[in-house]
Amino acid sequence: MELTRRGFLKISTGALLLSSIGLNLEPAKAYAAELRTKGAKETTTVCPYCSVGCSIIVSVKDGKVINTEGDPDSPINEGALCPKGASIYQMANNPYRLTEPLYRAPGATQWKKISWEEALDRIAKLTKKTRDKYFITKNEKGQVVNRVDAIAHVGSAALDVEECYILQKLMRSLGLVYIEHQARI
Amino acid sequence: MTNQYNDLKNSDVILAMGGNPAENHPVAMKWIMKAKEQRGAKLVVVDPKFTRTAARADLYVPMRPGTDIVFLGGLIKYIIDNNLYFKDYVVNYTDASFLVDPNFKLPDELDGVFSGYDEKARKYDRSTWKYQLDENGVPKKDLTLQNPQCVFQLLKKQYSRYTIDTVSNICGSPKDKVEECYKILASTGKPDKVATVCYAMGWTQHTVGVQNIRAFAIVQLLLGNIGMAGGGVNALRGESNVQGSTDQGLLNHILTGYNPTPTASDVDLKTYLEKHTPKTKEPKSVNWWSNRPKYVISYLKAIYGDNATKENDFCFSYLPKRDDGKDYSWLSLFDDMYNGKIKGFFAWGQNPACSSGNAGKVRNALAKLDWLVCVNLWDNETASFWKGPGMDPKKIKTEVFMLPCASSVEKEGSVTNSGRIVQWRYKAVNPPGKAMPDAEIINEIYFRVKKLYEKEKGIFPEPILKLTWEYGEKDKNGKIKHVDIEKISKEMNGYFTADIAEHPIDKKAYKKGQQVPSFVLLRDDGTTACGNWVYSGSHTDAGNMKKRRGKEDPTGLGLFPNWAWAWPLNRRIVYNRASVDLQGNPWDPKRAVIKWDPVEKKWIGDVPDGPAPPLGLEGGRLPFIMKSLGVGTIFGSGLGDGPFPTHYEALECPFQENPLYKKHRINPTVKIFGNDADAFVFCDTRYPYVGTTYRVTEHWQTGLMTRNTDWLREMQPQIFAEIDPVLAKEKGIKSGDKVIVSTARGKVWAIAIVTPRLQPFKVLGQTIHMVGLPWHYGWRWPEDGSGGDTANLLTPTIGDANTLTPETKTFMVNIQKA
Repeated sequence: MELTRRGFLKISTGALLLSSIGLNLEPAKAYAAELRTKGAKETTTVCPYCSVGCSIIVSVKDGKVINTEGDPDSPINEGALCPKGASIYQMANNPYRLTEPLYRAPGATQWKKISWEEALDRIAKLTKKTRDKYFITKNEKGQVVNRVDAIAHVGSAALDVEECYILQKLMRSLGLVYIEHQARI
Repeated sequence: MTNQYNDLKNSDVILAMGGNPAENHPVAMKWIMKAKEQRGAKLVVVDPKFTRTAARADLYVPMRPGTDIVFLGGLIKYIIDNNLYFKDYVVNYTDASFLVDPNFKLPDELDGVFSGYDEKARKYDRSTWKYQLDENGVPKKDLTLQNPQCVFQLLKKQYSRYTIDTVSNICGSPKDKVEECYKILASTGKPDKVATVCYAMGWTQHTVGVQNIRAFAIVQLLLGNIGMAGGGVNALRGESNVQGSTDQGLLNHILTGYNPTPTASDVDLKTYLEKHTPKTKEPKSVNWWSNRPKYVISYLKAIYGDNATKENDFCFSYLPKRDDGKDYSWLSLFDDMYNGKIKGFFAWGQNPACSSGNAGKVRNALAKLDWLVCVNLWDNETASFWKGPGMDPKKIKTEVFMLPCASSVEKEGSVTNSGRIVQWRYKAVNPPGKAMPDAEIINEIYFRVKKLYEKEKGIFPEPILKLTWEYGEKDKNGKIKHVDIEKISKEMNGYFTADIAEHPIDKKAYKKGQQVPSFVLLRDDGTTACGNWVYSGSHTDAGNMKKRRGKEDPTGLGLFPNWAWAWPLNRRIVYNRASVDLQGNPWDPKRAVIKWDPVEKKWIGDVPDGPAPPLGLEGGRLPFIMKSLGVGTIFGSGLGDGPFPTHYEALECPFQENPLYKKHRINPTVKIFGNDADAFVFCDTRYPYVGTTYRVTEHWQTGLMTRNTDWLREMQPQIFAEIDPVLAKEKGIKSGDKVIVSTARGKVWAIAIVTPRLQPFKVLGQTIHMVGLPWHYGWRWPEDGSGGDTANLLTPTIGDANTLTPETKTFMVNIQKA
């Protein structure tokens, strides 16, 4: 018999019923540590690494990821994970992550912190300035091309499907033709 | 992938070539092992290195890097010579019987090139690469496959010199192993036997990458293995959503759903559609791409909404146009950047300073930029390039922004696996600190650029100002406060933009604003909008299909039709109409993907490639619906470098000449880059060993995510170089020694691993040694530099003739003790 997560829960409930009709489970209980994920909220995700698409259960308590494990219900991985998939707990709880925007001025030797407002406004200004300066309405042959070659974009297979969709909308609306990403290399 | 990861369990023979699933797609190995344990399937590994997959294989065959076409050409010859092909399939479902233009010539007749080669332009005039047509405009055929001008006979001729002796001599593979491998694979040319292949960058990252894959696609057509459960041609792709990001057209040559980006000669929508919509005179061909106008016009309606009208060509002029004949792909992009032509650059969730072929050139190119925007989870070698090795920050004028984004558990949305299954991910926690989901960053940049154009005017602002962007509630300035991912998902699926009293396809009525049930109902008159036709059906009025978690398995094959949703139309195995005979009975009844119910007059099983009856019945249609002639094409006339795969050596190789075609050492149509940073060598005593790159389980891509994960970094802390024991003895290198590996472009240090997993190849009377390195490392992290740097500092600037995918799997190196 294949034991699914839900099946396992049913069996556990069965065991409780057994105990209520007189079977004493106390000695076993004494040795059983409380589940680390007790009381945690569970959501599912898909591994961010390779393209197999393994499903992972993420347990959250007090706004923090407290456990990640392979999702036995997924017909793709049936609960199995490789070392990378098994380590996404450390991706979520990671001391090295970037937590605020950083800026490096021309010629500077260090990063400095910058607010989102300041960074995004400056990026928008540079984008417009470069686009307006280098926009090509017609090519050398006189054909209408409405594009800008002076801005390029790479990425991203690291984004979600829906994000990729609006990203290509944004970049194409600006007139970019240099749009590439991981799939090429 | 034509099939699915868990479908590997349905296979009889699994070939791992150009890929190493045990190392890089470990959970795929679970299904391969199931096939071995439950069906007695055979696992065959052909690889330059004895890999972790080889450790579980029934047969391992070593092969010199860059000689796959010789190896597979020999297999094609073996199948034909021994009459082991699946004749009914080959005759009915492929172009094997089609007659080719009498002026077409093979490389054996023309010193290594096909007819039409222009040496100066390094391009082919493909006018002889075509079928002979009859009076109705349909290809002439010889169903006996005997006519010397038919595709089958030309194929036989093309590989007549690829004997097992030749294969062994060029690939450096032992003869007995080659023959055993051919015997195992060719055993599946029967209706009830199926082979599959697991490949990855080991096939794509070559100057003949596309032809490597085509060579095996030809094998699968000969053996009748495409469309079958446990069969197909399966790319194990490298990233969780690289399928999805490709589907969304984040490439210079495609819009969403594989519609080509327009070029300058596409002066209007009509010209574009006429050029790119294939026509067919074959009455039994579905020719699915004849629907292209519906998909492109619905895309324009999705992105430009009510602004896109019939009168204004649906805003076709808003789309940027490439120049005809110019390449805009990765290597050219960085070449132009290196030449100072690119001023601003977005590197979004990508680290090209480590991931690109010839990464040193990329790092120098970044220094030519005016500004650079990096979006990532961690600081990386691209964002911090200005303080990297050999850089003088004071002299670098580039203004750099590093924007922190959310990880996959800190936002919601979907990802598409290699099997085209689109699965939803839920948000578990908030991103750390001030980090934001990428969708919010995209929204912020779009809103701010748009505001600037509204306020200050500027050049051609219409495409920006008129873009649809209805993804949630707006604040008082008109900015979307929070991007509603489900709304994007709905736009991608598509909706009706007008009431339709009776749709001509299904005779049903639809209201404006209603979701389109599937792409079958999309229209070319502006009454439907659809952001990506291949995703149409994923988010209908019935809800978000990507969230489904049903476990039903009606076919018993593990197709799980209610688990999430697969494009197209939830089809799990594509070209499945080729899995049945002319009456619609499965070739193998024990593995019936679909079958025709003659009483109900409908298909049972997987979602078929179209509802038409099987080929042999009235109204029947050919199985390969995306091909204009409806059959699998052995004769690949659409490619830039030849209709049949042909062996050429890598740009950097140990030989002066191509052993098969003396006059053309390398693929005659590859683009040669001529910058000072693009140096290359061949047959050069300074770089006598074949270099190759690969991955390890514990790391991923440039290692940015995994180097920053302590558990993983601890297991694989630094770059290593693997060499065989004979070379190690010659060079006095021991395991654990620090070595320097160098090429004509750069050098890296690495820790030597001397291992019998690598063995010298005996090729054309010479002994060829190989040096293998993983490319997951970078100077930025770990901070003390103990990890080393990327092996891509060694790789050349050269790409495949068709795709420009960099050739990072074969190059020439030297190795010395540090």
